[in-house]
Amino acid sequence: MLRRKQFWFAIMAILPTFAIFGWVRLFPIIETLRLSMHEWNLLSKNKPFVGFQNFIELFGDNQFMDALTNTAVIAFGAMAVTIPMSMVLAAIIYHRTRSRFSGFYETAVFIPHVVSLVPAAMAWKWIFDAKLGPLNAIIMGLGGDALPWLFDPVLSVICIIFLVSWQTLGYGVLIYLVGFRNLPKSVFEAAQLDGANGFQSFLYMSVPLLKPITLYVSVVTLISGFNVYAQAYVLASDTQGAPGRQVRVLVLDMLENSFQNFRVGYAAAEAVILLSIVLLLTMIQFGLLRGKGGR
Amino acid sequence: MSATDRARRTNFLLDVTLFVICILLLTPLILLIANGFKTPQEMLVWPPTLFPKDPTLENFHKVFTETPLLRWMLNSFLFAILSTVAIVATSALAGYIIGKFPFRTINIIFILFLATAIIPFEVYMIPLYFQVKALGLLNSVGGLLVGYLVMSFGIFLIRQNVIASIPDELLEAARIDGAGELWIFWYVVLPLLRGPLAALAVLAFFQAWTAFAWPIIVMTRKKSFTIEVGLANFQSAYTVDLSLLSAASAAVMVPSVLAFVLLRRNFVEGIAASGMKE
Repeated sequence: MLRRKQFWFAIMAILPTFAIFGWVRLFPIIETLRLSMHEWNLLSKNKPFVGFQNFIELFGDNQFMDALTNTAVIAFGAMAVTIPMSMVLAAIIYHRTRSRFSGFYETAVFIPHVVSLVPAAMAWKWIFDAKLGPLNAIIMGLGGDALPWLFDPVLSVICIIFLVSWQTLGYGVLIYLVGFRNLPKSVFEAAQLDGANGFQSFLYMSVPLLKPITLYVSVVTLISGFNVYAQAYVLASDTQGAPGRQVRVLVLDMLENSFQNFRVGYAAAEAVILLSIVLLLTMIQFGLLRGKGGR
Repeated sequence: MSATDRARRTNFLLDVTLFVICILLLTPLILLIANGFKTPQEMLVWPPTLFPKDPTLENFHKVFTETPLLRWMLNSFLFAILSTVAIVATSALAGYIIGKFPFRTINIIFILFLATAIIPFEVYMIPLYFQVKALGLLNSVGGLLVGYLVMSFGIFLIRQNVIASIPDELLEAARIDGAGELWIFWYVVLPLLRGPLAALAVLAFFQAWTAFAWPIIVMTRKKSFTIEVGLANFQSAYTVDLSLLSAASAAVMVPSVLAFVLLRRNFVEGIAASGMKE
């Protein structure tokens, strides 16, 4: 009797959440998969089934391939910068936990992560500005040549990597700090007794022990890198405000195909590719973690 | 030199290094604020000045009187508050049920929903846009909210805390005393979850406040922009006036940084928990 009452309470309490989930998550996800196999130009009533036609077309589409390459370079580039830097930074901050300034360090490193994307990108846009920005002023002050940072396709990608890394660094440091705090202290004391210095115990003990965290932060950084949009929208828009002229990224290409070229099915196919990349990365993460546990 | 002296010197050097790194990381934001106080003429000077020669409040005055910045901030604020309420409410209730009511059907559905958390929002936002459009909710905070009503991680976080910090005996005792399930949830469970709920609320608020891709497709009228979308489009309209743009960005940024510094503990708790899933 009591259990029956509890069961009904549980059902009634969770039903709204389940309904919302079905409505705003499950349904659109299934729609994405379905639409990717259909041709739909937004205006016509019928959406003919085209099978894998959209996907085949995508791989011959230069703009899409361009977007895919740029996005992958940004995602992996940002990861390559973020991981080592956040690990070292976290190690130093952890070492100085008892310092009077440790609160300041954590806050300062984390602020770029919580600042909204657009104002942050504005700040960098001025720094990178070819004609007015301090970066070129410094380069010229040192005797170098001014570079067209945001007007060159390769340099703009570097700028975006820089911006994305600056933003994710704080997140990486935070997660690594938790990791450092959970490391077994006794092992480090033993190493110290054996004469290992701080650098050695970082390299030979912390780095391997923190491998699961490194894996986690890498995958999170990569996935958020593959979804990069606002940064490219602001940084790489030209003076007329046309976004993405210089750096085409996946989300931008997807939105353009859907809302400017009115090819929703085609855009959905792009979304499915983005989804496959994310799932692949997640699977690699789980696979590596399990492999480690089995040893 | 003794060992403690050497340790002290290393520590001092590390502190200096950390200080320099922290200042470098904050430099772009400091420069942005400084630019907000420059005159448009000073923005065009080469080499660029780092700090304004004769600071002016003119830009801030203009931003608040001549642009819809306040309106955009209000839109964002309303959206973020409503999203926070929805996420905290659904997560508290669902997390509690899943943590303490071990019915198999519920758990299976829960795992299914948790699995969707892996899928980035960007993947399914286009079909979701058409759902919102069909409801006639484009350009409204309601439409914006559709994408931010639930958070899988929130349900997960509350579930973990329910299991860890609410003993079954407590619930059983309340039931024997004749308390109703809803009463127990409201007066016994919720007060015990204050900490994690606060962390979740801060996380949810910032997530909505900084949203970009979803608002940019749902809110297409100037009046309905969120602050992020407004600012991003602002630069095409006022692109020549960099100082005005900086003032607008600074006006948006400073309150959120202050809020973060005040709520740092809650925030860090939430983010750190997200990394401890494994």
